[in-house]
Amino acid sequence: MPELTQNIGLLSPEFALAGLALGILAIDLFLPDGKKQVTPWLSAAGLAGIIALSLYMLWGRQETLYGGLLAVDAFSLFFKVFFLGLGILIIFTSMEYVDRRLDNPGEFYGLLLLSILGMNVMAQSRELLTAYIALELLSFCLYVMAAYAKGEPKSNEAGLKYILIGAFSSAILLYGVSMIYSSVGVTRFADISLALGSAGDVSPALWAGLALLVVGLGFKVSAVPFHMWAPDVYEGAPLPVTAYLAIGSKAAAFALILRLVAEGFVPAEDLWSQWQIIFAVLAAVTMLVGNLVALAQTNLKRLMAYSSIGHVGFLLAGIAALAPSSVLASNGVMLYLVGYSITNLLVFAAIIAFFNLTGREEIVDLAGLADRQPFLAACIAIGFFSLGGLPIFAGFAIKFYLFVAVATGGFLWLAGLAIFASLISIYYYLKVIRQMYIEPVPEYVAAGSEREDGIVYEPEQNLSPSFLMLGVLAISMLAVVLAGVYPAPLLDLIEAASQAILPGA
Amino acid sequence: MSSLEQTALFLIIMVPLLGAVLTMFLPKDRPGDAWYFAIGVSVVCLLLSLYIFVSYDYGAGGFQLARSFQWLEAPINIDLSLAVDGISAPLILLNGLVLLGAVLISQTIRTRTRDFFVLLQALGAGVFGVFVVRDLFFLFFFYELAVLPMYLLIGVWGSSTDFGSFLRTKEYSAMKLFLYLIAGSILVWIGILALYVKSATLGTPTFSLEDLGNLAASGSISEEFQTWVFPLFMVGFGVLAGLWPFHTWSPDGHVAAPTGVSMLHAGVLMKLGAYGIIRVGMVLLPEGAENWMPLLITLGTVNVLYGAVSAMSQTDLKYVVGYSSVSHMGYVLMGIATLDPIGVGGAVLQMFSHGIMTALMFLLVGAVYDRAHIRDIYVLNGLFGRMRVNSFFFAIAGLASLGLPGLSGFIAEFMVFTGAFRTYLPLAILAVVGAALTAVYILRLLARTFLGEMDPRWEHLTDASPVEKAVGGVFVVILIGVGVWPEPMMRVINVGVASLPGI
Repeated sequence: MPELTQNIGLLSPEFALAGLALGILAIDLFLPDGKKQVTPWLSAAGLAGIIALSLYMLWGRQETLYGGLLAVDAFSLFFKVFFLGLGILIIFTSMEYVDRRLDNPGEFYGLLLLSILGMNVMAQSRELLTAYIALELLSFCLYVMAAYAKGEPKSNEAGLKYILIGAFSSAILLYGVSMIYSSVGVTRFADISLALGSAGDVSPALWAGLALLVVGLGFKVSAVPFHMWAPDVYEGAPLPVTAYLAIGSKAAAFALILRLVAEGFVPAEDLWSQWQIIFAVLAAVTMLVGNLVALAQTNLKRLMAYSSIGHVGFLLAGIAALAPSSVLASNGVMLYLVGYSITNLLVFAAIIAFFNLTGREEIVDLAGLADRQPFLAACIAIGFFSLGGLPIFAGFAIKFYLFVAVATGGFLWLAGLAIFASLISIYYYLKVIRQMYIEPVPEYVAAGSEREDGIVYEPEQNLSPSFLMLGVLAISMLAVVLAGVYPAPLLDLIEAASQAILPGA
Repeated sequence: MSSLEQTALFLIIMVPLLGAVLTMFLPKDRPGDAWYFAIGVSVVCLLLSLYIFVSYDYGAGGFQLARSFQWLEAPINIDLSLAVDGISAPLILLNGLVLLGAVLISQTIRTRTRDFFVLLQALGAGVFGVFVVRDLFFLFFFYELAVLPMYLLIGVWGSSTDFGSFLRTKEYSAMKLFLYLIAGSILVWIGILALYVKSATLGTPTFSLEDLGNLAASGSISEEFQTWVFPLFMVGFGVLAGLWPFHTWSPDGHVAAPTGVSMLHAGVLMKLGAYGIIRVGMVLLPEGAENWMPLLITLGTVNVLYGAVSAMSQTDLKYVVGYSSVSHMGYVLMGIATLDPIGVGGAVLQMFSHGIMTALMFLLVGAVYDRAHIRDIYVLNGLFGRMRVNSFFFAIAGLASLGLPGLSGFIAEFMVFTGAFRTYLPLAILAVVGAALTAVYILRLLARTFLGEMDPRWEHLTDASPVEKAVGGVFVVILIGVGVWPEPMMRVINVGVASLPGI
């Protein structure tokens, strides 16, 4: 079938990525124990090479593969480079942690690379089953990674919970897909929108199918009321995996939702105007519950879990505001995803660095951090101010842009609610900042000790984060400020990506 | 000088902002460096603000020194437009003066000095930004930037107050202040979004104050819309201006803050709120403003009376000054609500005059507290015996605040009363009663705390330090200068007020 495979060369970055992942797994087998630290460096170098390859091959291309199952356009390129870049930074933040606490580093990075492959395909798939397979590739890697700390009951619990809920939600998703197929007979996004647009009355089976699809995706992005798994999994998983869950998997799921809604729902204007309300209500509930429950958290990872649920609410509000004639909402969602991801990376990198030094992760353990580790404290404070939506950081610009888009899309009330939810979030972010800047340094800090995890810690004043960590922190801090002060170049790219999925705008 | 003409407004934002960033890289073990560096930055800011004020051509009026930089293009359309008019020019000068004073007085900050000056300069940049931008996005941007450092400035370097029966901790005050101000700003944010959506439905989505002002002037924004959006700005900005009943953050916050921060906060930051009501509320929503002004002037009158009565009943010196700020911001709100050229002009002059006066008061109270480590006015007696310059300055500031002719407060309050007499006579009479109450608590302070019989406990007190004398002296000169020769200030303000719609 020549017409299906003639431009298969456009998938070279994916082939290269799959090759890299399997290569890392294979090399790991032959490396002696002392040399295994080379795998993350190889993975990162490979990812950098694949970024270069993608940019060289795909810049400015607008084509489809396999008769429209996959799209090679500005949208997929944008997310591809974004995911690959995030992958490099995640590898760097994980290295020290994995080295000291996890067995089998080769498989860890191999799984990470495979999951990035899944994310890349999610961003470019234009058909339900292709999207489903990509999503499963991502999810399976994450299930294993969540349970990667074999010896820790909490990590095992997290993995088990995640795989059960994940399988459940995948089943719901798949059921939805099959009901949609049975009603309209197509699974490509563009065909679905045509069918929805011409259907007149939507049959109950189609409604149920669409609803199940939304529920399934709601589980994946942990929208309320499908969020219960997130805090437990975030808390139990090893810290770098938590970071990856909060940043990468969320961004990938939203890339998929964005394309699905923009290409599959939005062009059918009559139907979309009804579904907008559903997304808006989902967004409203998610942002309120996420931020309110976060107020009561005492563990840093759980706090970040609920905070990320709150941010999912904001993103869903942007999805609800998508319109056929304007790219504003789509720009807003993508800008928010980028800003949120780099801010979260900054916060998580600082938390991981802190954990590497002390082995602690409760909020009260941060007491006096501004005196103990001023740079880490500044990173977390800047990250939290940014997440709370204060200038000059990314959070202000992205929230403003997104809420403008939501208001302009006809949901001024939702934008108002989102602004109110961000006020709530500022309170719990400030509680952490208070621990770091106002509370005194606890007495135990001066002495080194052996903790529950069996590692003997040196007195903290003798320690400082590794150079690699400092590098990641400095880069992400710069990015957070730059995105907050001068997002114009980033928005040019995002604008091109939006045009690709919303050709009518 | 033409290059300075083009860049002055840009520089006045960027200098303190870059100053804040560079301060982070100063050596940690030499805290004095951060102070000297901040002095350098704020001197440059003061010179720039003087230049802006002096070069404002009041004969020509309107917006001057305008510059515009594109920030984000369509579909959202955000520009960094800068310009200054007769209302913002005096306030820029005010911020330049108080910022330098606050930096100088913060010589006593010894813990984490570097961080303190980073935040203080960021605060200064935010305030300058609000006064010079002509775009709602950036107005809000700098407004939030000015609020952002407050939590840490109060929480880390502030002080708690022991009321005997309970302790009002600095953490509590910092959180209260921060949440109140952010809560106010969410109303402003919603209002801004509503205006933007409105402009989008009218054809061109824009945040530009100029374009939105033209839309409002052309009558294409319906009265109904204006009437429901205006209260968002009135209350949202009003929170920062200390509008009753949303004022309670202000005494707590001002008292808990370190001296330099109290000066900036009471002196300048509260004016951002009043400025926002004029610049955004009155200009963009003139009909809405007209419908809501009766409520605003009533609340303003309550502010005057409630603030004065509360100040009378306080026993803590700094709380007296804190509540007097609430009371005096009432005159500003009343003046704005008169929608009368004299009343609004008085309100703007009162912003300037109160800014200097209250900064001076907080400076002097801070000086007393640094030496005596107590602020109870029943324990502090007869400070004049040991702190002569300090007490003399306080007397001037107090007399300015109760409206003694010859000092700047008199002219401002007189103008506000004149405006109010022409529009809302009964409320004006109540406000005059408020002025009399001010005299009660100020004179009581002067009679007992400063001029009473000296308690032997205070034998060891020393007078104001050279830095305090210098800053206080300059402020006193300004209070007297504006009081006896208000013309240079008023001719600029009058041009600005005359161009407001609906007056």
